[in-house]
Amino acid sequence: MSETRPFDVIVVGGGATGAGVLRDLARRGLRSLLVERGDYGTGTTGRYHGLLHSGGRYAMRDSQAARECIVENRILRRIAPASIEATGGYFVATPDDPEDYVDGFPAACAAAGIECEEIPVLQALAREPALNPKIRRVFRVPDGSVEPWNLIEANLADARLHGSEAWSYHRVVGFERAGDRITAATIRDESSGTTSRISTRFVVSAAGAWAGGIAALAGVQLSMRPGKGVMLIYNQRMTDTVINRCHLSSDGDIMVPVHTVAILGTTDVRVADPDSNEITREEVAALIGEGEKLFPDLRRMRLLRAYAGVRPLYDPPDDVGVSENRKMSRAHSVIDHGERDGVDNFVSIVGGKLTTYRLMAEDTVNVVAARLGVTERCTTAGAVLPNQVQGKTYWLGHRLAEHEAQGGGDAALICECEFVTRPMLEAYLDEHWPCSIDDVRRGTRLGMGPCQGGFCTFRAAGLVSERGAGAETDAIVDYLRERFMGTRPIASGRQLQELWMVHGMYLGSLGLESLVDRGPASAAVEVPNARR
Amino acid sequence: MTIAELVREAALEQVGYSADECLKCNVCNTVCPVARVTDLFPGPKYVGPQAARFRMGHTLPAQAKGLPRLASPDRTVDWCSGCGCCTAACPAGVKVAEMNSQSRARMKAGKLPKLRDWGLGQTDLVGTVGVLFRPIANWALANRPIRRLLHITFGIHHSAPFPKFSRGTYQSAWKRRQKRLQKQFGITAEPGPGAAVVYFHGCSVNYYEPEVAEAMIAVLARNGYEVIVPPQVCCGLPLISNGIYGEARAHAHKNLEILAGYARRGYKILGTSSSCIHTIKAEYREMLDIHDDEATVVANATWDICEFLLDLHDQGKLDTGFGPLPQDLPYHAPCQLRSHGIGLPAMDLFALVPGLRARDIDHDCCGIAGTYGMKKEKYGIAMAVGAPLFEKVRASGATEAACDSETCRWQIQGATGVRTRHPVEILLAAYRAADAADAAEAARR
Ligand SMILES: Cc1cc2nc3c(=O)[nH]c(=O)nc-3n(C[C@H](O)[C@H](O)[C@H](O)COP(=O)(O)OP(=O)(O)OC[C@H]3O[C@@H](n4cnc5c(N)ncnc54)[C@H](O)[C@@H]3O)c2cc1C
Repeated sequence: MSETRPFDVIVVGGGATGAGVLRDLARRGLRSLLVERGDYGTGTTGRYHGLLHSGGRYAMRDSQAARECIVENRILRRIAPASIEATGGYFVATPDDPEDYVDGFPAACAAAGIECEEIPVLQALAREPALNPKIRRVFRVPDGSVEPWNLIEANLADARLHGSEAWSYHRVVGFERAGDRITAATIRDESSGTTSRISTRFVVSAAGAWAGGIAALAGVQLSMRPGKGVMLIYNQRMTDTVINRCHLSSDGDIMVPVHTVAILGTTDVRVADPDSNEITREEVAALIGEGEKLFPDLRRMRLLRAYAGVRPLYDPPDDVGVSENRKMSRAHSVIDHGERDGVDNFVSIVGGKLTTYRLMAEDTVNVVAARLGVTERCTTAGAVLPNQVQGKTYWLGHRLAEHEAQGGGDAALICECEFVTRPMLEAYLDEHWPCSIDDVRRGTRLGMGPCQGGFCTFRAAGLVSERGAGAETDAIVDYLRERFMGTRPIASGRQLQELWMVHGMYLGSLGLESLVDRGPASAAVEVPNARR
Repeated sequence: MTIAELVREAALEQVGYSADECLKCNVCNTVCPVARVTDLFPGPKYVGPQAARFRMGHTLPAQAKGLPRLASPDRTVDWCSGCGCCTAACPAGVKVAEMNSQSRARMKAGKLPKLRDWGLGQTDLVGTVGVLFRPIANWALANRPIRRLLHITFGIHHSAPFPKFSRGTYQSAWKRRQKRLQKQFGITAEPGPGAAVVYFHGCSVNYYEPEVAEAMIAVLARNGYEVIVPPQVCCGLPLISNGIYGEARAHAHKNLEILAGYARRGYKILGTSSSCIHTIKAEYREMLDIHDDEATVVANATWDICEFLLDLHDQGKLDTGFGPLPQDLPYHAPCQLRSHGIGLPAMDLFALVPGLRARDIDHDCCGIAGTYGMKKEKYGIAMAVGAPLFEKVRASGATEAACDSETCRWQIQGATGVRTRHPVEILLAAYRAADAADAAEAARR
């Protein structure tokens, strides 16, 4: 085990929360290190719905959460416009939604400070013609959509500018304790398998649904209640506005336009293991059934894939250590393990929303700063993040428009569906090599369109092989395995045909069959089965 | 139906949704005549189903009907010639060409069209004026310096093929003819749908090629059909091709109103221009998003002339007394004709003519694509697209060629110098050859 120089604070977890915490720490002058076991945004942050909450979904039952959402919503539009599309949102009352909920909705929004305006149903239908024509009322709120990976990158970039570091593919495997303090963390480099010991003055666990495991490494008990949510990705944006059902939030009641796609969600099932993200055909069918109440023609629209994320839920009531709980929303909890468990320099931040990640980080770092005697105040709400293009939120056509502005054409296109060009991909590889094609996907949207990697994987593999000869086959197999996994639960119609075609291209035309037979990689090209 | 339901229906009929059918297979790219010759056009898949996903954003609701919802963020779609080979070839049913046309319209919506593009869409105006000042107009269009001036000022390529204006419009000729017949035979009732067909002649016949109409009327008369020529306006295709949808819709509604009356009474509507006919049959609905009853009843009643004649033959009703035409005849099936999905009826009819050595050139597109190849910046592309076709026509050594669409005929004739005729003209020649043989026989006896 090698010994690396010490850091003021070690942050565990490279989701939105961890990235926000690292940024806040760095800006307050604490030289910190973030470690993430995989690529950034491979936990819940990369598997969430994509909604920048206006707070409307909480207005009727949790006014404080609603208020936090709208405040953070406004802050994020200002500091992270490059990650946000200001789509606006509708809450629509379908014939199935209870009268009293609908009647009370505008007042509840007003009470939480959310701009909410009722608009004529016909106006809404003219703007969003795919909506159910039977809706009775429509309220407009400032919902939006957020690109998570880009947001994490921007937070990490700001932290680096302020002297901190972030390591992906590094897993915390243990802590060293001396009495009531953690003195060092043991960290394993997941690519090389080597471990190192890093001393620190403080540890923040921002491991989301995995926070229980991290606490256990420090000898502390923390029971999370992970809740799995399934989402379906549609090939095109049948809506340009976030569409919510105007009722108490439940399954399949919201469609979020994100980049080129629209995402229907979600469900909430308690799971024992935060790594479980299996999806059944029944779950898919149930979601579509609910979604049809918003968009009656949903069954005619092409589904690209299904995915699931696990909510980092935590139930604090009988938890005495949650000192700040009363002051804070139920939506997230900063758990100070000093008071609660006698580990003085360790906090966990759990629960919450992506929309409130910055506030969560602020609340967390306030505790850390107090402990470490740092008096600097939080500046993350005022300072715009790095790499924000002209301070403008993005729009759907931007990538095509930019490509066309540079001459257009398909010669340099690696991913045709999402318009990822060779220069974009090379730039990503320059910055992140060594990395997998799946990492490239998060950074660039490679392979996220209708062919789900069919036509870009072999091209990307060509570029990968230029950097590490021999890596291309594994790269192809790994990536297609990941892409196929998400298409299996929804495979039918055109998407099933697409799978068969891609299957034929790789196994037949490119002769991958002979290669994948050699090892466990064969699972990657398992034939999609419509009946599953 | 409530307004709300109407709004929704319009949305789901949007061609843009057909991007959902795309399997990314690239078949459209392999058949695109334009992408094959220029890098300026990235191909139908790129500007069609791929780019469509980036155009699903919101725009002014008033413009939503029939158009993709967001101003097209791409410009390269304007290099699409609209030939429709992609749609015809797509194994999954993506309306690629239609998508491109709508995107172009979207791109141009709300902006004043280029004078040139607007002018190319005004076939009735240009035709009427041209016919009125025929000698000057024909002289001017054949005059090199004037063509160069047009090239520079309007952007119409100096070498683009232009037909000659005819003496008076076909509509007025038809009216005169009706008056004459009336004088001769007194008031005659319009023949019923069993004995007559309705003719949509289109602009080429109206202003440039009345001989095509005469040939069709003579061929139909030979087979016991009379022809009714109702008043009509340009089908609107040149407007559609130039992204001027509003005006195109106005044309469509005018024609539909007139033609629907006939279609509902059981008349068949025939045309000699495979592109006008395709516009009425398909594009009023698919591009212009006119989904009313009129559009459907007219589309269902509309036939290409050769399709109709071949159908007569299939029923054993075609007069097959064709005389011999011992000549080579290279034939080009226009893209628009292939979009009908009716095969190549002209070739089947040519096979009935003794001695005629008709050969399908089997080249996808002559390049002109309506008004595309007339434009200064696109002329070179159009000529490159058609080059193999021109080469084969020239190499055939034939003195005549055949083709069902007018602009293609002008293009082929302009590029090769080989007289290019509509198939009905050839068929009429074959009937006349029979007459001549009969007359010679009679004289001998
Ligand atoms: C289905 C669903 C839909 C949602 N929709 C929305 C929405 O629309 N809007 C919204 O605002 N919020 C939404 N949320 C909530 C939001 O996604 C989460 O609250 C947020 O992403 C949590 O971020 P995080 O950084 O706290 O956790 P994560 O993103 O899960 O980050 C934790 C990280 O810790 C890492 N890690 C774990 N163990 C170790 C270890 N030993 N060493 C190093 N790293 C480790 C993990 O790999 C992971 O990357 C949704 C959640 C779900 C489940």
